[in-house]
Amino acid sequence: MKKYFLSRLIQLVPIFFGITFLTFGMMQFTSDDAVDIIYEQAGSVAEEIKAAKRAELGLDQPFLIQYGRWLGGVLTGDMGRSFISGKLVFETFTEKLPATFELMFVSILLTIFIATPLGILSAVNQNRPLDYLIRGLSFVGNSMPNFFCGLLLIYFLALKLNLLPIIGQSVVMPALTLTIAMGAKYTRQIRAVVLEELDKPYVTGARSRGVDELTILTKSVLRSTLIVIITLLALSIGSLLGGTAIVETIFMWDGVGKMAVDAILMRDYPLIQAYVVWMAIIYVLVNLAADLLYHWLDPRVQLGIRN
Amino acid sequence: MRISHYALRINFAAAGALIFIAVFADFLTPFDPYVQDLEGALTPPNSTNLLGTDRYGRDVLSRVIVGSQTTLCASLILLAVISSVGSLIGAICGFRGGRLDIFLMRLSDVFLAFPQMVFAIAAAGALGGGLLNAAAALAIIGWPKYARISRSLVLSIRSMPYFDAAKMAGSSSTTILFKHVLPNIAGTIFVTAALDIGTIIMELAGLSFLGLGAMPPTAEWGAMMNNGRSMLQTAPWVILAPGTAIFITVATFNLLGDKLRDFLSGEKV
Repeated sequence: MKKYFLSRLIQLVPIFFGITFLTFGMMQFTSDDAVDIIYEQAGSVAEEIKAAKRAELGLDQPFLIQYGRWLGGVLTGDMGRSFISGKLVFETFTEKLPATFELMFVSILLTIFIATPLGILSAVNQNRPLDYLIRGLSFVGNSMPNFFCGLLLIYFLALKLNLLPIIGQSVVMPALTLTIAMGAKYTRQIRAVVLEELDKPYVTGARSRGVDELTILTKSVLRSTLIVIITLLALSIGSLLGGTAIVETIFMWDGVGKMAVDAILMRDYPLIQAYVVWMAIIYVLVNLAADLLYHWLDPRVQLGIRN
Repeated sequence: MRISHYALRINFAAAGALIFIAVFADFLTPFDPYVQDLEGALTPPNSTNLLGTDRYGRDVLSRVIVGSQTTLCASLILLAVISSVGSLIGAICGFRGGRLDIFLMRLSDVFLAFPQMVFAIAAAGALGGGLLNAAAALAIIGWPKYARISRSLVLSIRSMPYFDAAKMAGSSSTTILFKHVLPNIAGTIFVTAALDIGTIIMELAGLSFLGLGAMPPTAEWGAMMNNGRSMLQTAPWVILAPGTAIFITVATFNLLGDKLRDFLSGEKV
């Protein structure tokens, strides 16, 4: 286990360099000049002042040196200042991160508590009306873009029925929006996993010994599907991270996703870089954690090999 | 099996109808989707403007129809490019092996380490917005998946007897690649692509919704919804029409992908 952990960590090193290099390189491709953006509001500024600012920011250095300095900044939490607000990028980012984590946490909890029972119910009632209903709902949720879903929730729950406050304070609606998309996919996957498990010989064995269905489900099937369920959840973190950008923008939720979309529209590149690089790092770390958990929970899985 | 054939046919017909609307959109619109009529702005759905008008008085139905051209055609072309380029890269990697393979696969590892939409949002922004740049952003992040799948398929083909036979018969590498390898992976790639259509449509429309894709006044579903956001309370039809259009299109292609996968995997077994 320790050896496996170490080898996975070593594998992450080139990935880390790749992620940071791509993120940094991407922003260098833009035609905008950083100093021009900074002085945009000031009107016409003498070229000498701009050149001095360029030297101060190190923008006159070769690409690789700039990358090296920026990479050092990523590791030490010093990622420069926002072009627009002039605030420290890392500070702005860490200020907004808890809101995004809260949103993600609530969505994941909701997804687990809604999708797991639905998936199991659907599997147990295979090809009966309840199964068709649940599959139909999950199909609808799966085909609904999250921005449409969010706007529909606002329209019906807040504007028509006055059930929930529209924007800003409550985590319920943005979380519900993310849950619908994620839960739809998740219900389907859990149904498939449980169906597969119910087909195994040990279930037939338990049934023939007269063990009742509920005990089989809770004691055996659920336990052995737990690992898959956790892995699937970790894999969906990626789309959840992307989804937060859109959903936060719709609901004016003050997290890093909305920060990034605002930053892109304002061409505030240091903030965008921070967002992309840290989201990727979080995603990679979550996947690593899920992988390790997977191996810890199921020692049968040969270490280092994943289908 | 008979029933599923039948369902598959209906599904193909529905998808075909959507593509037909998209291709011939210009001839199907009741009104010019770009002509403004400020006096008739924000009219609710009625017998003339079946889906109402938007804030510039443009006919929403006409814009939804023309929007299908932008959204659906762009998504299908994008997907065709991603899947063919991605699988060609993967096939060459699996076929040639060596340093090229190692380099490209490490590169794909890096791309796969990004959450897809996070990368696409930033890349579309860095490229400066616009439908073409949004599509480019999705292409940059989308190819590694296909490269991975086709590489592993090619690796398994390499161990097949017919591969050795072709080699011993003296066929050149290019002949083997295009005559024996690519036709054999095409089916799996096609199903993967079919299952991806819905996702690509939603992502492309999502980028437009954020203002990073199609620019006004272009009729595009995501952009139309972005425009109608502030009028959700007073003129919900401006959002409901393109939103429902996205939903129907994505649902149709998702269903088609599912059916196609079941059909092809059922036939192989």
